[in-house]
Amino acid sequence: MWIPCYAVTTRIVTCLLMGLLSWLPMTAAAQQQDGQALLEALDTRSFDDKAAAIDAIIESEQSRADVWLQALLDSDLQRLKDDGRFVIALETAGLDVTIEDALTGEAMGEVSRRDLDRLTINNALRSQLRSAISLVELYNGDEDARLDAAEGLIGDVEEAQVEPLTNRLDEEPSAAVRNRLNQALAVYRLNQGDVDAVEVLAGSLNSNIRVALSRAAQSDDPLVVDAATAALADIEQNLKINRAAETLYFGLSMGSVLVLAAIGLAITFGVMGVINMAHGELIMLGAYTTWAMQQLLPGQPGLALILAIPAGFMVSALAGVAIERGVIQFLKGRPLETLLATFGVSLILQQLVRTVISPQNRTVITPEWMSGSLVVNDALSLTLNRMYVLGFALVVFAALILVMRRTRLGLEVRAVTQNRAMARSMGIRATRVDIMTFALGSGVAGLAGVALSQLTNVGPNLGQNYIIDSFMVVVFGGVGNLWGTLVAGMSLGIINQVLEPWAGAVLAKIIVLVFIILFIQKRPRGLFPQKGRAAEG
Amino acid sequence: MWLTRPFNERSTQIFLLILIVAVTAVTILHLAVPEGHPLYVSGYTVGLLGKYLTYALLAVAVDLVWGYLGILSLGHGAFFAIGGYAMGMYLMRQIGDRGTYGDPILPDFMVFLNWDSLPWYWLGFDMAWFAFAMVLIAPGLLALVFGWLAFRSRVTGVYLSIITQAMTFALMLAFFRNEMGFGGNNGLTDFRELLGFDLRSEATRLGLFIASAVALALGYWLCRAIVGSKLGRVCVATRDAEARTRFLGYRVERFQLFVFVVSAMLAGVAGALYVPQVGIINPSEFDPIFSIEVVLWVALGGRASLYGAVIGAVLVNYAKTVFTGVMPDAWLFALGGLFVFVTVFLPKGVAGLLERRARRRDDADVMSEKEATA
Repeated sequence: MWIPCYAVTTRIVTCLLMGLLSWLPMTAAAQQQDGQALLEALDTRSFDDKAAAIDAIIESEQSRADVWLQALLDSDLQRLKDDGRFVIALETAGLDVTIEDALTGEAMGEVSRRDLDRLTINNALRSQLRSAISLVELYNGDEDARLDAAEGLIGDVEEAQVEPLTNRLDEEPSAAVRNRLNQALAVYRLNQGDVDAVEVLAGSLNSNIRVALSRAAQSDDPLVVDAATAALADIEQNLKINRAAETLYFGLSMGSVLVLAAIGLAITFGVMGVINMAHGELIMLGAYTTWAMQQLLPGQPGLALILAIPAGFMVSALAGVAIERGVIQFLKGRPLETLLATFGVSLILQQLVRTVISPQNRTVITPEWMSGSLVVNDALSLTLNRMYVLGFALVVFAALILVMRRTRLGLEVRAVTQNRAMARSMGIRATRVDIMTFALGSGVAGLAGVALSQLTNVGPNLGQNYIIDSFMVVVFGGVGNLWGTLVAGMSLGIINQVLEPWAGAVLAKIIVLVFIILFIQKRPRGLFPQKGRAAEG
Repeated sequence: MWLTRPFNERSTQIFLLILIVAVTAVTILHLAVPEGHPLYVSGYTVGLLGKYLTYALLAVAVDLVWGYLGILSLGHGAFFAIGGYAMGMYLMRQIGDRGTYGDPILPDFMVFLNWDSLPWYWLGFDMAWFAFAMVLIAPGLLALVFGWLAFRSRVTGVYLSIITQAMTFALMLAFFRNEMGFGGNNGLTDFRELLGFDLRSEATRLGLFIASAVALALGYWLCRAIVGSKLGRVCVATRDAEARTRFLGYRVERFQLFVFVVSAMLAGVAGALYVPQVGIINPSEFDPIFSIEVVLWVALGGRASLYGAVIGAVLVNYAKTVFTGVMPDAWLFALGGLFVFVTVFLPKGVAGLLERRARRRDDADVMSEKEATA
């Protein structure tokens, strides 16, 4: 089964190449007639017949052959039920499909999906098509497309392709593409038993190369086996480092989320000593503000996201002030009652969102410049949205430190925290400071919500999922210490990610919780306890 | 004698009297009144009232530590759930080969997970005495270990609240895992009989209702006895000034630990009585929100009065039953509003109102006596 398949693919690919290189213009009418016949041949139940039909399409030297092949691969090549015309589906929205004529490329508007028959393919055909298309791309595409095509060829090069590929290697202007082509050819040579090919492949993290090397490590030739085994060991080592880097990245990313969620709490709970169980819901409000901004500015998700940063801050800060004035000020000096009352507020806010907006999750669009990932090498790519959130968390943290250390407000907050009576007798309006501090902490929760909307689902339960974690971070880091919150959040994030591969996500979380519970027994005041008189009470 | 002192207190006498009258009334109305009569109490209502009584016992347990020891436990739901699981495991084993898969030893969910033998911690739960002992021992042991660690290092106040919440949260996550061997997400259910009585019959339901009332009365009496004793005085002293009590020479952490463990065991008993009445136990009982709701019952009823906890539990749960039936969306608004209202405007709860009226009446009595003598 394997050998004939190989042969067919090879033939198709060669023919396709020849066809493209020696393409001569034909009359449009003749093209269309032939085209219809060629596509008719595709509409058959037998996959072997389909393979032959594809073969015929490539040999036909049709100008739109590559479009058909791509459409067939994407399951977009379809047939109208009533007149049997072949069309290509461009876009699907619900039941409506926007189509164009497969033969002429002429736009045909929208039809219902029920009026279309799809031409199906199986995996063997799919790999045939892919291989053929990647070769076409390699000749005609721009640099990114050529790089993708060359990468796709690694492990898929066949005998007949070697010569055109070697020729292409000389013409190829981009070094990266040349490198990939070299690797693709080296894998081919390695499969043929060439020891020198290992040298080209050593150190590469591509998974197809690893497969080829481990196959070579089990071959009969002792020379090849030795070389391949050594190269594999090297690659494994390299992979381990990359995996560690990836874990670290995910850990830092999770840590940044924890820091963002907890840093507002570090101010309200840590500095003011107010337990705000509605903190999670303030985060949720920030996330919903992002959603609302995107609804207000349709088509501009990026601008909406940027505007959501001040808007989210304001919304949550105002909600925070309302909570402070409405509830917390009456419960001064009764922390346990504050805890219960603010928990009530959190229930009300959750239900409010459920009733007013919807109990279902809302979709927040990730703008283009935030999606995608930064590819470091074959084994390591860093998603951009997480990187932005990480950077955002650090900026917010730095800004807060500045506010607390360098501004009049920060000075007053610290004075009121350390000795309320003394601060008041020095002329500081303690009530005003309370409001401002609470607004600041709540606003930062709103910022956390804006950032979280890019990573998780935005729903009424968003805040609830973070409240316990946030408290853990603040308590672990040491109450009243912003640096402690940063260190605690980051380290808990990393510990969690390190544990996850062997313990699973849930167990890792349980282990972290138990660890914190035990840690608090050992050091009841956290990692970085406050010293001096402020610590009492 | 500290055990008999509660019977001399007026509040205990009134409480026990009301409880006995209520239970007798419900029993008579259920058994003697014909179905369809407006005064008839249905089997469903009896089950519901039995559930309220177990909640009331849980609230009394929370009030014991919060009201008299100053420990706001946000994790008492965990002890309740563990007691419930101990009972659930016994009921599971009682199903025997009548399950869907007909395995004589393994519960259905284990067969479903392709397990071939019982995990070690399921052994012995086919014996009623062992399971009932575990209802006390398992939550007690958890409280002992947790409390010993926490009180020894003097974790108090908000910190203690937060780590109790973390404890129940961690347990909830753990019990959701299928690998734990407690039925994962679905928990334990499909119970058939308890001590040979069919759980679906109305007579068993009534029996469980009466058992819950007896447990509540015993629990209430025990808590009253504890808070009225010398040990109770030390507890209150600890609540009001922990450092001062310690400097007076009391080993504060031992008192805290003892009362905490007793409270956890009471919560376990409540859970064990709750499970056969609702017919299921699953990890949602570990949900931190449930534990914090229990605290609200106590706060509404009135902290540090014990009978207030009972009033609060019954009131809130009755309101919940009514609300979730009539307008389910409004329930969380009402509950949230209740949290705020009680803490801001009613810091002493319903019991505080009752006591103020009683005091005013006493004052009035004194005044009239004075007038009489004058």
